[in-house]
Amino acid sequence: MKPVPLTHFTATSCIGSGLAATRAALLAGASGLRPCDFEDAELSTWIGRVAAVDAVELPPALSRFDCRNNRLAQLGLQQDGFADAVRAAADRHGPARVAVILGTSTSGILTTEQAYRRRDPASGALPPGFDYRGSHNVNSVVEFVRAVCDLSGPALAVSSACSSSAKVFATAARMIAAGLVDAAVVGGVDSLCLTTLYGFNSLELLSPEPCRPFDAARRGISIGEAAAFALLQRLPERPADGSVVLAGYGESSDAHHMSAPHPQGLGARLAMSAALARAGLGAAQIDYINLHGTATPSNDAAEGAAVRELFGDRTPASSTKGYTGHALGAAGALEAVISAIALQQNLMPGSAGTRAVDPSIGIDILLEGRSRPLHHVLTNSFGFGGTNASLILSKVGPLPVGGQRAIP
Amino acid sequence: MSEDRDRVPLTAWIDGIALYGPGLAGWPAARHALAGDGVVATPTAIPKLAVLPPAERRRVGTVVRLALATGLAACESASADPAELPSVFASSGGDGSNCHAICEALASGDRLISPIRFHNSVNNAASGYWGIATGAMAPSAIVSAYDGSFAAGLLEALVQLATPAETAGRLLLVAYDVPYPQPLQSTRPMDDACGIGLVLHDRAGAHSIARITVDSTTEAPTTMDDPQLEGIRIGNPIARGLPLLAALAAGESRRVVLPIHEQLGLAVTLAGP
Repeated sequence: MKPVPLTHFTATSCIGSGLAATRAALLAGASGLRPCDFEDAELSTWIGRVAAVDAVELPPALSRFDCRNNRLAQLGLQQDGFADAVRAAADRHGPARVAVILGTSTSGILTTEQAYRRRDPASGALPPGFDYRGSHNVNSVVEFVRAVCDLSGPALAVSSACSSSAKVFATAARMIAAGLVDAAVVGGVDSLCLTTLYGFNSLELLSPEPCRPFDAARRGISIGEAAAFALLQRLPERPADGSVVLAGYGESSDAHHMSAPHPQGLGARLAMSAALARAGLGAAQIDYINLHGTATPSNDAAEGAAVRELFGDRTPASSTKGYTGHALGAAGALEAVISAIALQQNLMPGSAGTRAVDPSIGIDILLEGRSRPLHHVLTNSFGFGGTNASLILSKVGPLPVGGQRAIP
Repeated sequence: MSEDRDRVPLTAWIDGIALYGPGLAGWPAARHALAGDGVVATPTAIPKLAVLPPAERRRVGTVVRLALATGLAACESASADPAELPSVFASSGGDGSNCHAICEALASGDRLISPIRFHNSVNNAASGYWGIATGAMAPSAIVSAYDGSFAAGLLEALVQLATPAETAGRLLLVAYDVPYPQPLQSTRPMDDACGIGLVLHDRAGAHSIARITVDSTTEAPTTMDDPQLEGIRIGNPIARGLPLLAALAAGESRRVVLPIHEQLGLAVTLAGP
């Protein structure tokens, strides 16, 4: 495929709001996880909460969208001049030529959970002021971002659990390639709620300690929240050296089980292979893999098997969920931005939280961060229902001595 | 929409059709209702599932049953093997009954959620069960756009068909929405369930029924002339696709506009195969 430039990107998670804070935490190896203090949840687990969300206010004209998820979206949009960059793209291409394609798994469900505690005792009705379309519906964050940035192009939500905001890159890249739009705001926004905390608890998948991806003693996930965005743009000129492009994507379905991955990672392998094929790259050309790495026993075993099969045991890899927690529907976009940071900084983050790598996995899990020139990074996102997506991000640049040219 | 030198025409041939809605009990019968016979007002009847292992079949709710029945009927009418097709699943809201049960449990003292309810709560549950039922490992897109969900799904499907090496030629679109229980129903009114399935092909073939070409537009959505059908159209987000199905039932060249959002529609031009 023709690579699609990420002309702007930003991320907000528990390790910080915006790129500078995110970069600093990754360089320092600093996790943002803390013991669960969300609402009145009484669960023995650790979470990645974005403390700054609580102080966010939406523009008065957009008050119908008020909920934790859209406040997190608003916080994320304001970082790194992202919303301004989108408005500039709208001026350049026309507001109807910019798509909005965002992933979320639970949207503003927290508001619904709270409304269910305040139902009318006689009628059972939800309290006045509850706005289903503004908060609960999965398209709410799409409508909110479209309104903030004053866009009128194709707009849709992708809600496929934990692959949601990786798949948005594929949908947007296709729309741009087809000439339907010239640019797309892609990303993921997912926020803490009781449904996911108590839901993962019911599946006995919540770690009682900060998550330890690919560790022999891993005990489950730490749930996080995030808003991460990228602006994909068709450019008339060659992207500048050092800039980051989407070079490939691959998607697949496990067709196996609703909440357990294919044990040998067959679906994961199909997604990674498709991404390599679309990027025109061989496995040996991938410099670093940002793993899905949730730290559940089954995910890490299946993903490890799929990576080993395709890449052998030489390609450095890590999961960054020990820093941010698992941001679920926002994880794909968050980790795409982390991969972009990795390319720009020539930094492979260590797998925070991991102490002793599970010897049965047999891939090169980085315990500590490592610096080396990076040209191509692959990032994985897999979700319940057996939905898989892999992205390849590449850095535009001149040919390194003896190396493979990144992107022409 | 501004002109674009690099614009790829978004076109496809329809190989198979499925439709379930109020008074619309499968495409073979519903096409006559849409072509002028009119509908008899009966609640949406969803066929019994003949797929999925028994354990899984017991776990799925109305939403998944509707989506699977719709997808299977579309594949059958196109003589297509479901396991071979990539898919696009489109719905505005997922499983409201399951969501209601989780919110009730979370509002209660013990907050105990069943693990099956939780994994069924993902918006891609229908796509996940589709894979388990049919063995399809091809990519499956999951799109939502409130009342524009049908047109958003159709657009995603045609964009995929226009992307080289994306689909091996044929693709399944399954669009479905089921009303919520109270108290959510009052905040998101929906009259009855509706499912629309299409098997789309990037070229003419032995099963071609009609050819569609789509483009974005700012024109207002097409309405149904028959007041009862118009009631169905606005009674469920997926039924916003009825004008296209009515054009297919009439078997004549026609142009209809389906809503994506308040400022954008999808103009669908239909021609014979």
